[in-house]
Amino acid sequence: MAEKTCNLKIDIERCKGCLLCIEVCPVKILKASEHVNKRGIQYVVLTDPEKCTGCTLCAMMCPDCAITIE
Amino acid sequence: MKDAPTHYCPGCGHGLVHRLICECIDEMGLRDTTIAVAPVGCAVLAYDYWDFDTTEAAHGRTPAVATAIKRVHPKNLVFTYQGDGDLAAIGTAEIIHAGNRGENISVIFVNNGVYGMTGGQMAPTTLLGQRTATSQFTRRSDKEGFPLKIMEMMQVLPGVTYLERTSIHSPKEVINAKRAIKKSFQTQINGNGFSMVEIISPCPTYWGMTPVRSMKRIKEEVMEEYELGVVKDAS
Repeated sequence: MAEKTCNLKIDIERCKGCLLCIEVCPVKILKASEHVNKRGIQYVVLTDPEKCTGCTLCAMMCPDCAITIE
Repeated sequence: MKDAPTHYCPGCGHGLVHRLICECIDEMGLRDTTIAVAPVGCAVLAYDYWDFDTTEAAHGRTPAVATAIKRVHPKNLVFTYQGDGDLAAIGTAEIIHAGNRGENISVIFVNNGVYGMTGGQMAPTTLLGQRTATSQFTRRSDKEGFPLKIMEMMQVLPGVTYLERTSIHSPKEVINAKRAIKKSFQTQINGNGFSMVEIISPCPTYWGMTPVRSMKRIKEEVMEEYELGVVKDAS
């Protein structure tokens, strides 16, 4: 398995559940959580960190700066 | 940007445009010398999110305030951030005359086609056939006129240096919008005069759509009316 090169973090308290990141993810590894955050919003979770290519498209489209990629 | 959650609705374009501006300012190393003028509208609280000097102006009078600030502080980067209700309706006189005088300021014009803060009323930039709180039978040209194209109006003014219309409906367009904002700031730093970037932005709440559907609407409907690209570049 290829070595993991990126570290994608989602700040669930900043997430507003607009789901724009899910739409642009080329490998489709983001999905809406079954749980809600403190504001009652269904946030986004990363399902398969190993598949993340670090393309940053999700962070680029996020209107709330909830996604950081290192 | 400050570490504060924004008050904008889910999927609102303002948060994204705020971030693009902050990225441009940080990449150009201008955080200590930037003065922004916030509008009246949804972005009225922009100073809560930007970590540089920001002031507030009366509704639509943002370019007038920016003119004064730039003339007093010619070495600082001065930009205004305006929505379509602010810039294209109540502030039309100010923006036209600021452009005509060739003031050395940058204008970031966020166009979402409705008045967001006050409840989704029709704006001058609302598309024909669009239903809003004050055009219940959709906008018709015989009653409410046509969508106002500020960029094309400004194009004929000799004082205006750089005009570009961009969008944020896809990652490609987001990158393009950031480039345009940076070019606008650079135009001002070079002392080349008035520059303005229009950014087509979604308003999922008052378009009555999901954020994902709103982005599709920009591509399918809004871009038909408002063509993207450089409208004028004399820099």
